[in-house]
Amino acid sequence: MSWYALLGAVEQGLVYGIMVLGVYLTFRVLNFPDLTVDGSLPLGAAVSAVAISFGVNPFAALFLALGAGFLAGMVTGFLNTKLGILHLLASILTMIALYSINIRVMSGPNVSLLGRNTVLDLFMRFGLPGYVASIILFTIISLSIVVFLVWFLHTEFGQSMLATGDNPRMITSQGVNTHTVIILGVGLSNALVAFSGALIAQNQGAADVNMGVGTIVAGLASVIVGETVFGRGGVLRAVVAALLGSILYRTAIALALSMKLGAFSFTPSDLNLITALLVVLALTAPRIKARFFP
Amino acid sequence: MKRFAVFVVVMFVLFGAMSHVLAQEAKVVSVNQFVEHPALDAVLKGFQDQLRESGFQLEYRVHNAQANMATANLIAQQIVGEKPDLVLAIATPSAQAMAQTVKKNPQMQKTPILFSAVTDPLSAGLVDDLEKPGANITGTSDLTPMDRHLELIRELHPEMKALGVIYNSGEANSRALADLLKVETAKVGITLEEATVARSSDVFQAAKSLVNKVQAVYVPTDNTVVSAFEALAKVCHENKLPLYAADVDSVPRGAVAALGFDYYEHGRQTGAMAARIFQGADPATTPVETQKDLELHLNLPAAEIMGVTIPEAMLQRAGKIHE
Repeated sequence: MSWYALLGAVEQGLVYGIMVLGVYLTFRVLNFPDLTVDGSLPLGAAVSAVAISFGVNPFAALFLALGAGFLAGMVTGFLNTKLGILHLLASILTMIALYSINIRVMSGPNVSLLGRNTVLDLFMRFGLPGYVASIILFTIISLSIVVFLVWFLHTEFGQSMLATGDNPRMITSQGVNTHTVIILGVGLSNALVAFSGALIAQNQGAADVNMGVGTIVAGLASVIVGETVFGRGGVLRAVVAALLGSILYRTAIALALSMKLGAFSFTPSDLNLITALLVVLALTAPRIKARFFP
Repeated sequence: MKRFAVFVVVMFVLFGAMSHVLAQEAKVVSVNQFVEHPALDAVLKGFQDQLRESGFQLEYRVHNAQANMATANLIAQQIVGEKPDLVLAIATPSAQAMAQTVKKNPQMQKTPILFSAVTDPLSAGLVDDLEKPGANITGTSDLTPMDRHLELIRELHPEMKALGVIYNSGEANSRALADLLKVETAKVGITLEEATVARSSDVFQAAKSLVNKVQAVYVPTDNTVVSAFEALAKVCHENKLPLYAADVDSVPRGAVAALGFDYYEHGRQTGAMAARIFQGADPATTPVETQKDLELHLNLPAAEIMGVTIPEAMLQRAGKIHE
């Protein structure tokens, strides 16, 4: 694997890591399997790309995306709590609705940002090559979000979110309205996912309605890889593990891409299979070690 | 801490196993293909055949994003490390990923990048001008000559009042083609009935929605619909609804006729462009090309089932007839 490919994997891991932090919030903290993310990631991308093409500052466009994602998540939370629709179905409904909404937002399936100003240009103006600028920027942003999340989960509201996921009956008896917690929690999660989508679009030069396909798969895989490799104890550890899990997951794909072992060469269509095998290897490494090297 | 140490060791072993010394004698061509798909695979094959027949010794690094945008970007970054002599990007998302990578990696600004199977390179932001691309990116566009396709359908159905079109509203290419078709049908006073799908499994239902509303159905070069072409053909056969395609590969699968877009030839055309660039042409002044020769393909059993009579003159000029 070349240096560029490794940097590329770290960059993608960081920018998708923000999405993974969102998935961690619903999947682990709220215990709410949320498929809205397949729609809210392209929603964030669409909103920021359209905003930029209307001349909005690229940083301001990120926050517009954040707001749009928050609303999308709140819709899922509302369908689940107030209308009593099962969480999985509620999130699927929002996800498929967002497909049409995203096409409306972009008035088409794809908005190109090639040649437009993005958040990366600010850094590249100082003479940094883009592939370094993106890593620096995404590191700063994702670490800020890690700090924010750790702080947030220690606030009273954050604690009631943790409790809503762990033991809803107990927390209801403490006088907390779990409906509000779920609506705001799923909203916050999707705000992060849309924010991540906005950064992805600015980084890759286009927003596309199909870019969200498989987001939840990558999100869940990253959260679980992170937990297994780096452990779960405590909020700080769990949040950092989710971000590192995302980098590991993208590194596995990059490794699969660069594989060419001796005479046995993989064909390009084997990519997903190899990625899966590498992730299995990463997940079972601790177990194998405990078994054979106690 | 122990876990982390184990992780580092495992990764280190993997890196060692996978890094391999590259022989740098032959020119290296890196390929960023978006998804496995008969048409896109044909582009790659045509490209490689053309260059081999022109006598080039090339080493290919083929990557396929398996329809995942994030992977297309990882591949683009991977290609930077391969230090290729030329890059081929197949389909719009892969081409956009490559274009953005050039912007972020200044050392790539001298590497020629050719795109193929891109319908609208202008609105995709790949080139500034079709005649003078201006940078190191140029290629071939698969934009359909919609006027000639409509002409073919009208030749067989002079009485046609309404034409149906099925496409995925989420594909940028298809949306552009549907808009183009709307302009062309409006010119000759035909109503266009649009049925959109979001995934291949919607095609059957969309086809049913057109029955009794239109006299013929047209399918543009749409990845989603073409991959479920058999479902569409079934509905059209059962309801005697004549079906027309934009690519010749769909004719044996049940369309009456297509005025040939041949993706294999499209790939060969891109390959010929690559050959010129290897011989010293500058991508910045190499105009974006569209397919020149269109071949008429006919499917006689399908025409009979759907009640279409094909005139003798048309049989004469057909390039290929499926009996």
